[in-house]
Amino acid sequence: MSLQAPILEVDGLRKVFRGRTAVDGVSFRVAAGECFGLLGPNGAGKTTTIRMLYGFSPPTAGTVRLFGMDLGRDWRRIRARIGVCQQDNTLDPDLSVEENLLVFAGYFAIGRREAAARAAELLEFFALTPRARSRVMDLSGGMIRRLILARALVNRPDLLILDEPTTGLDPQSRHQVWDRLEKLKASGLSAILTTHYMEEAARLCDRLVIVDRGRILVEGRPGELIRKHVGRQVVEIGGPDGALREYLKEQGLPHDDLGERILLYTAGDDGRVAAVREHFCLRRCTFRDATLEDVFLRLTGRELRE
Amino acid sequence: MIRWDAISWRFLRVWRRNFVTFRRIWKVNFLTPLLEPVFFIAAFGLGFAGLLGEVRYGGAAFSYPAFLAPALIAAAVMNNAFFETTYASFVRMYYQKTFDGMLATPLSLEEIMLAEIVWSASKAAAAAAIMLGVLSLFGLLLWPGALLVIPLAFLGGIAFGAIGLFFTGIVPTIEMFNLPIFLFVTPMFLFSGTFFPVSNLPLWAKPLALSFPLYHLVELCRLVCLGRSETVAFLSLGYLAVFAVFFTILALFFMRRRLIR
Repeated sequence: MSLQAPILEVDGLRKVFRGRTAVDGVSFRVAAGECFGLLGPNGAGKTTTIRMLYGFSPPTAGTVRLFGMDLGRDWRRIRARIGVCQQDNTLDPDLSVEENLLVFAGYFAIGRREAAARAAELLEFFALTPRARSRVMDLSGGMIRRLILARALVNRPDLLILDEPTTGLDPQSRHQVWDRLEKLKASGLSAILTTHYMEEAARLCDRLVIVDRGRILVEGRPGELIRKHVGRQVVEIGGPDGALREYLKEQGLPHDDLGERILLYTAGDDGRVAAVREHFCLRRCTFRDATLEDVFLRLTGRELRE
Repeated sequence: MIRWDAISWRFLRVWRRNFVTFRRIWKVNFLTPLLEPVFFIAAFGLGFAGLLGEVRYGGAAFSYPAFLAPALIAAAVMNNAFFETTYASFVRMYYQKTFDGMLATPLSLEEIMLAEIVWSASKAAAAAAIMLGVLSLFGLLLWPGALLVIPLAFLGGIAFGAIGLFFTGIVPTIEMFNLPIFLFVTPMFLFSGTFFPVSNLPLWAKPLALSFPLYHLVELCRLVCLGRSETVAFLSLGYLAVFAVFFTILALFFMRRRLIR
C-alpha cells in the first residue's frame, strides 16, 4: 500500500436505532499518518460512528474499509491492527495495572514475554511504572485514562481510535494526555479522535469534520475552517443597543446576536469593524482571535443538547 | 444471528482472564467447597442421624450422609456455575464493561460468551474436586469411580452456566436474578432427589423432577460415587448434553441481541 492510500475509507455510513437515525450518511477518508477529528455536540452520532469503525455496531447501511480491507469480512484482521480507547472506563478492576496490559495483550494472541516487554515500555511512556502493581480502583482519573491509552497501544496499532480521550480530566491530566498523543503522532501513528473540546481538536487534528444530527456539516483543516466560517478575529460586544444592531444590519457585517452579547466576526482590516470599535464599544468589549469553538457554535447552534 | 464461524481457540484467552482474577482470591474461592460439605454432613449426619436411619435407594440401603454426599457435589456444581454466569457475568458486562473492552480486540462476542460458560464449568469442576476430597475423608464415596464426578461436574457446569448466561442476556437489572433463583434454582435444589429419592415423590410430581437438569446430575453423581442410580445413565447424560447445547445457543443469541446495538 502506498503512503498516499487512505488507511480508513468510510462511505455512506448510516445507523438507525428503532426508527431513530443516529448516523445519516457519513463519508470520509483518513490518510496514513494523519490525525482526523470527529467533532459534534452530544448526540451528534460521534460515538455511534466510532463504534461502527471498529466493528462493534453493525452499520444499517454503508461500508467501512480499513487498511484496504472490508470491515464486515476481515474484522478480525482489522481489529488486530487498531487500538481503541473507548469513552467508558473498560479497564478490569479485578486486575492490577500491569495485569490489565498483559491480559489485554493475550486477547491479541501476543506471547507472554513480548507482552511483558511491551507492558513495561508502555507503563514507562505513560508514567505509570511506579503504579504497575496498584489496583485500578486506586488510580486517579488521569492515570486511568493513561492506562486505557496504554492498553489501546499494546498491539502496536496502525490506527488509534480515541473516543473523547480527555473528557472529565483536570487540566494537568489533560495536558499530559495531549503531550503523549502528540508524541505518538510525531512517531507517525494515524489516529481518529472524537471530542467536544475545540482546543483539543485544534491542537491534535490535521483535519476534521463537524457532525450534527448524524450528518457532516463541514470538513477541513482547523485553520481553514476558522478562516472560512468565522474569519480571523472576533469582537465580543457586551450590552449591545439598538443603534449597534441597526448598524450591523445596515453594513451586512457577519455576527451572532445572543441578546446580552453580540459576536462580530471579521477577517481583520475592515474599516466598518473599526467603526464599530470606535462608536459602539463604550462599555464591555473584547477583541480576540477566532477559534474553532466559534466555528462549532456557529454551525451547530447554541441551544443545549442533552 | 449467531456467527458460528467467529468461534475459535481464542476463547481460551477470555477463560484465562477469569482464571487470573480467580487466582487473586483463590483462598476465599476455595473456602466454600471446603467447608460447605463439612457443615451439611455434620448437620445431617449428627443432627438427623437418629431421626432418619437408612435410606432405600436404587435397591440398596445407605446411611443418610452417604446418600446426601453426591447430591451436595451436584448442587454445588449448579450454584457455582449458575452464580458465575448470572451475577458475576452481569457485573462484568454491565458495571465493569469488560465485554465492551474485549470487543475492541480480535475477539468475537461468541468467543467471549463461550468462554464465560466454559469458565463457569471449570470453576464448578474445581469446586467438585475439592468437595470430593473432603467427602472422601468421611469415607462416603467409592474410589476410584468417584473421580468421574469431575468430568460430570464440567458437563453439568456447562448446562447451568449456559442457562445462567441466558438469564443474563434477558434480565433488565441485576436484582431480577431473584426470579430465576426463586423459581428455578431453589425448587431444583430441593426436589431433584438431593435430600430424598425422587421415587418417594407422588406420581404427579415425578415428571417435574425428571425435567430438572440437577436431578440428572445428582443421579449421575450417585452412580459414580455409590454405584447405584434410579435413572438410565446414558439418558441422563444425553439430557444434560442437550440441555447444555440448547441453552448455550440461547445464551449466545440473547447476549448478542443485548450487547450488539
